[in-house]
Amino acid sequence: MRDDVATLPRPSSESPVRRIQVVPLAGLPFVAVALIFVALAVGFNWRWGLMFSHVVGGGLWTGIDLFVGFVIGPILGRLSIPARAEFSARFMPMMVIIMPTVVTMTLAAGFQVARMVGNLAPSSPNHAWLIVSFCVVGVLAAVALAILEPANIAVLFEMNKPVPNGERIHKLMQRFIYTAGVTGVMQVATLVIMTRLSSR
Amino acid sequence: MSAIDLNGRKMPPVAWCSSAALVLVIVGGIDLASYAPRHAPLAFPTALLVAAALFTLASLVLLSRVSDFGWSTFRTVFRWALLAYVIVAGMIEFAFVIDHVRGPSLLVVTMMLMIFAFSVPMNIAYTTARFAEKD
Repeated sequence: MRDDVATLPRPSSESPVRRIQVVPLAGLPFVAVALIFVALAVGFNWRWGLMFSHVVGGGLWTGIDLFVGFVIGPILGRLSIPARAEFSARFMPMMVIIMPTVVTMTLAAGFQVARMVGNLAPSSPNHAWLIVSFCVVGVLAAVALAILEPANIAVLFEMNKPVPNGERIHKLMQRFIYTAGVTGVMQVATLVIMTRLSSR
Repeated sequence: MSAIDLNGRKMPPVAWCSSAALVLVIVGGIDLASYAPRHAPLAFPTALLVAAALFTLASLVLLSRVSDFGWSTFRTVFRWALLAYVIVAGMIEFAFVIDHVRGPSLLVVTMMLMIFAFSVPMNIAYTTARFAEKD
């Protein structure tokens, strides 16, 4: 596979290279709206707003993680190299703004929801489950922020070079493969914990 | 411990140090949050905070010793990532203030968030710049 990836399409005088926008600027207004909405919900202790932010953000976070890890990833692995590069060039910048936004929405609102409904109280039967969910989120955050996001940005910068190094991109992308299992297990654990919390 | 550049060049473990700092503040944050809405004992999170600060300092010292590096790429990525993560940290700080966290607890949280907002951009910028064109 390494040899294949090393033959990423090279630019030529006939095919000018399309520069990848690492952070899609058109998406930033949506990010701003989402974050302002969460800040207002937190600031005004707005129950529906908090619940909306937590459920929508959490649903998207878990759904995207599982879908990308176990559906898109394997399909991508079977595509031709040019198709894979083309897809990644369009897909990865989207992830640069979507994932931090949905994670911030989920966590900022989720903590307030837990406080509001009393799950944070030590006497709550849900307290232990909540602490487990903090640990799960901690593992997810460490994997995403320390391993995946640096690789994502580095790959996009590499793809923007006049002659991208396919082997380097391949090695950076391996981080996604190595962590897919951990992320998948943590997201399934999140589903179990959250459904237990909401059914008690 | 040194990281190996994909060019085969030995690189100092800047990303390892900033990642260690990040993991320590995440653990400290979980510990503090697990006591909410009560006041958390601060000994354990403070110890984690000090360790995280030392790792952050180590990453800075190691970075300052790197020669032949893509500094312009590093600065560009670091600046924008710092802006993004200062906003994220600001939102978390805002939630703690709204939840009436005050005094030493707020100080520990604030310093942890400062390390969080610094270590993530450091990690992203270093990982990107070590494969960039050298200045």
